[in-house]
Amino acid sequence: MDFMVFQYPMITVQACLDGILLGILFALIAYGMALQWGVMNIINIAQGDLVILGGYIAYFMYLYGIHPAWGVIVSPFIMYFVGVGIYKLVINKVVDRDLFISILATFGISILFMQLMNFAFGADVVLANSGYGTTFLFDNAVVLPNSKIFSAFISIIFAICLVIYMKKSKLGRAIRATAQNARAAKILGVDTEKVYAATFGINAALCGVAGALISITFTIHPYMGLPYTIRSFMIVIVAGLGNLPGVAMSGMGLGVFEEFADYLLGTEFRIGSVFLLLVLILVYRRFKLSRKREYLK
Amino acid sequence: MKLSKLFLSFISAIAILFSTSVVSFAKVVGDKIVLGAAISLTGKYSSNGVHTQNGYNMAVDRINSMGGIKVGGKTYKFEIIYYDDESNPKRAAQLAERLISQDGVEFMLGPYSSGLTKAIAPVTEKYGVPMVEANGASRSLFTKGYKYLFAVLAPANLYLDVAIETAVELNGGKPVKIAQAFEQDAFSQDVRLGILDAAERTGSKIIIDDKLPKELNDMAATLVKVKQMKPDVLVVSGHTKGALTAIRQIAEMKVDVPMLAMTHCDAAKLSKQHGKNSQYALCASQWHKTLTYKDDFFKDGMTYAADFEKEFGYDPPYQSAESSAALLVFKDAFERANSFDKKKVRDALAATNMQTFYGNIKFAEGGQNVDKPMVLFQVMCDDAGKCENKVVAPLKWASAKLIHPIPKWSER
Repeated sequence: MDFMVFQYPMITVQACLDGILLGILFALIAYGMALQWGVMNIINIAQGDLVILGGYIAYFMYLYGIHPAWGVIVSPFIMYFVGVGIYKLVINKVVDRDLFISILATFGISILFMQLMNFAFGADVVLANSGYGTTFLFDNAVVLPNSKIFSAFISIIFAICLVIYMKKSKLGRAIRATAQNARAAKILGVDTEKVYAATFGINAALCGVAGALISITFTIHPYMGLPYTIRSFMIVIVAGLGNLPGVAMSGMGLGVFEEFADYLLGTEFRIGSVFLLLVLILVYRRFKLSRKREYLK
Repeated sequence: MKLSKLFLSFISAIAILFSTSVVSFAKVVGDKIVLGAAISLTGKYSSNGVHTQNGYNMAVDRINSMGGIKVGGKTYKFEIIYYDDESNPKRAAQLAERLISQDGVEFMLGPYSSGLTKAIAPVTEKYGVPMVEANGASRSLFTKGYKYLFAVLAPANLYLDVAIETAVELNGGKPVKIAQAFEQDAFSQDVRLGILDAAERTGSKIIIDDKLPKELNDMAATLVKVKQMKPDVLVVSGHTKGALTAIRQIAEMKVDVPMLAMTHCDAAKLSKQHGKNSQYALCASQWHKTLTYKDDFFKDGMTYAADFEKEFGYDPPYQSAESSAALLVFKDAFERANSFDKKKVRDALAATNMQTFYGNIKFAEGGQNVDKPMVLFQVMCDDAGKCENKVVAPLKWASAKLIHPIPKWSER
């Protein structure tokens, strides 16, 4: 244990800010997962791999001399069609089956994507440089890379746009209707097949945005998808489906938790602590659930 | 119906039997010496696996075209059977079994990475098959008492030893404060042990000792500590992602540290991916093309690099150079043993004492090469932002003077 984080107050501030900025980005990925989970009852294990694929799109733009920040626009556009494609090929065959089948299917997609990306882009770790510089706060005691701030900012913008879109647009209403009751929506004339495809596409597009941002702030590698899947899964579990403020809050919470785990336990336990927290939360939820049942008896 | 099925399975059983027996006497066929290698052509090590394979192939072509191997008055040529181990240790061990017991290979070349070499070594040892490997540097490979394992490269614990020595020397012989961050894998942990040794020897103090996870992409916490504690040297080893992440975040967070030493800079193409931000980073390397070692096949490092570039279209990383050297070692051993007896070849390998373009090669008891020091280069950039790796230590080969301490970010 290393208690340095509490000995120097500025490190605490640094850890919190880092965590919040990181958490906002996680929340964006988690929001996509929550959306599609809620609408289609599918847990997408390939979520993280879609993120990485989105990152590669930004990276290739960067390689060809385009500023990677444009990836934030281009990547979701391409990823939307990738998402719809996956839906048409695989997901529409498992969407009415039970959760286990869909988990298996998306797990397969995840492995396929990993290998394809490795095959196509190579196993090198890559990144895109934004050249955004750094912000110094509190007399240089706290440093925030502008790329992280940019990521959080863009994530918030996309999240807001999506909320408005879901509230106001026709498709958004159809999606929400399908989420509430697919059968009733179908009877009332909603083309649920189309809604499902669009939902999966929107989720992939969100992953695309997040991926582009990750290529700017961190690094991209074909096998780095899983931690993002786990994080978003965990955020959704904590926040519940269809609870956007909850997703944002638990995203930021997770970010801060990770940063503190990093300082206190060491970087090697960073992802491990997320897994541990996931187990604890699942156990706690189960415990709560069983108490409720007893009460009902 | 049933009968025809039975018949079909009978035929296929015979076919399988036959196909395996056809290749099972493949150790020396006609004028060919067949070597076996499991290489990571897919999976997470695939890029370095390809570097390794290119290095092997380049040396095979060169040795074959320059007269081959003379054993017992006859000339032989090298041939390599490759299998793809998918970067998976279990698969690598299976493939080694298959190469030896099915394909009848009696001489092996190593895979890429310490982890995979560790998986294969027990198999080659069991069958008494000599293996010359070029990409497993982990110290634990050389402490198990393996008799048939030979590594042309320096062991991992020596990678950054020089950096600490140099830092102490530049500090007027006084101990330094060291901050270190190492990935949790066999190789990096060995590099760490080397640093611990060097620290103890010089009386230096390790003030930050962080471990990095396999899926590392954020080491801000370590760097914040570095900012606070102000060490004299920061040592990072976490393969390519460690090097890339460290440079990105050091530049973004404007971390000032007098000396930054790393591994895997050339594999990470640091200067290409990060440009000027990677300036002044010190990198441990097994080999650099400007070293002046010589041999009859590749002449010297510069010639090797030029020939390699012509054939494969990129500048050879040290992973390729050391792989090429492995074949030179095999050739030399076969000729000295003057036999294809595994035991005799093994003894000849153990007695190797030669110079290749890659460096001097002489194996210690454990099989590691003790005659070749590591080199340190420093990334140096000109005003136009073009960066180059220049050897700065050991002094004998230095093509540039070490810049120390690293200028502060505010002055860059």
